[in-house]
Amino acid sequence: MGKPEFDAATGTETTGHEWDGVKELDNPLPLWWLWVLWASVVWSVGYWIAMPAWPLVASYTQGLLGYSQRAVVANDLSQAKAAQAVYLEKIATADLAAISADAELLRFSLAGGAAAFGDNCAPCHGRGAQGATGYPNLNDDDWLWGGKLEDIQQTLKVGIRSNHPDTRVNPMPAFGRDEILEPAQIADVVEYVLTLSGGDADAAAAGRGKAIFAEQCAACHGEEGKGNMELGAPNLTDVLWLYGGTREAIRQTVRNSRAGVMPSWEGRLSSDTIKQLAIYVHSLGGGQ
Amino acid sequence: MDWSKHKIFETNSIILLVGILIVVSIGGIVEIAPLFWLSSTIEKVQGMRPYSPLELTGRNIYVREGCYLCHSQMIRSLRDEVERYGHYSLAAESMYDRPFQWGSKRTGPDLARVGGKYSDEWHTLHLKNPRTVVPESVMPGYSFLAERRVDATYIADDLTALQAIGDPYTDEMVAQAGADLKAQVDPDSDGAEALLERYPKAQVRQFDGNPEFISEMDALIAYLQMLGTLVDFTTFDASGPNLR
Repeated sequence: MGKPEFDAATGTETTGHEWDGVKELDNPLPLWWLWVLWASVVWSVGYWIAMPAWPLVASYTQGLLGYSQRAVVANDLSQAKAAQAVYLEKIATADLAAISADAELLRFSLAGGAAAFGDNCAPCHGRGAQGATGYPNLNDDDWLWGGKLEDIQQTLKVGIRSNHPDTRVNPMPAFGRDEILEPAQIADVVEYVLTLSGGDADAAAAGRGKAIFAEQCAACHGEEGKGNMELGAPNLTDVLWLYGGTREAIRQTVRNSRAGVMPSWEGRLSSDTIKQLAIYVHSLGGGQ
Repeated sequence: MDWSKHKIFETNSIILLVGILIVVSIGGIVEIAPLFWLSSTIEKVQGMRPYSPLELTGRNIYVREGCYLCHSQMIRSLRDEVERYGHYSLAAESMYDRPFQWGSKRTGPDLARVGGKYSDEWHTLHLKNPRTVVPESVMPGYSFLAERRVDATYIADDLTALQAIGDPYTDEMVAQAGADLKAQVDPDSDGAEALLERYPKAQVRQFDGNPEFISEMDALIAYLQMLGTLVDFTTFDASGPNLR
């Protein structure tokens, strides 16, 4: 190396490195940059002491603050619950009618129910609870299993054809597929069902279908076809159809039956969330 | 600065290479090696089991179709995620995922606990054309899955490969793989009972509503319907010895 060498043009000391006659100058780093570097080093030492940091052989340094993501989320959840406790405690003990009668609890339940509906129910029943073919519209007053608060709560809890032991089931036979009725008989009964809701139908066929209806369908749907919410049998005299009210759609229903499934939400959602959902769904327009 | 010592590295490429290897190895050992011994890396959780043959087939379809590009399977320990999706995911819940499906992007929702949330019929309609049930969805349709038969020829080989890298498939499970695959869509068969003994909590039923043949739709829905359902969180203790 020998004595320091200075660049003639700038007067800066060189590092002594030379590549094909080009020499590297030894400019010092900016002071602010060095300060940031050393501050980061000091900060990291403090971080190692305070927070979980170094892996050991079978464990790791826990840190003096005892930080844990699981503890943080558990704390966040319990704080949120505590903030709502004034409502949640009442909702847990009060029955649905009492919650609906209390303006504050009702407001809270409608907001909580709307949020839970968006997360859990909207994929099938739609954002606006408008339903779709095979998924009931919850805004109208046409109910399969009843539109009272308790009915809705029960449906939410146990589901329909779900894995819940008390699940609601409304088994309709597949009259065509299982050869309970002849195709001609099905055609007749479809004509009769069309007349129930005032649709255009072949009067002669409907007349023949009436007897078949009384024999095969009336046990669940009622003699007048008004349905039975105890059994989940739909009312056939209105113009609201879950699977479509065209001649072909009804024929498909009679022939192959329908077996819609709603999951059970007991266990998946807390019982107070189910109560809030029941009140929210009841409020959509069709509650009884 | 004494240039002459550093000159050894800068003018001898082999010495430089060895030096780089030593420094990188130190970093690697410090970061990676403890993962093999840290008792908290994988906590023991009740209920986890390897995938049943049909679920595994569905998982392979999930990976093949790139579902992970838009769906994560990782509920983070944050209040909003826990309130929306359910209990945060545990490392153990991905222990039989090779590769894991945590994902890094959510164009669609997280699927870590989608099992049991919707009906099979909903999944069938939704996979065929998502707009049928979710008008605002931007997900592509996968209607071809319902037409493609599941190729069960290689399912035993799949299990053998996973067994070789440590998944606890028994030789019996490998031998019965083809039968188990068929039994999972046939609830009234004798095989269904044997399947449930080998794979507790497996869901046995017709998934896509078409009893003619086992379709890729059956397999994918069987997989989706079991996601996040194996661990019973009513008995899981998050503050146990594995608190992190």
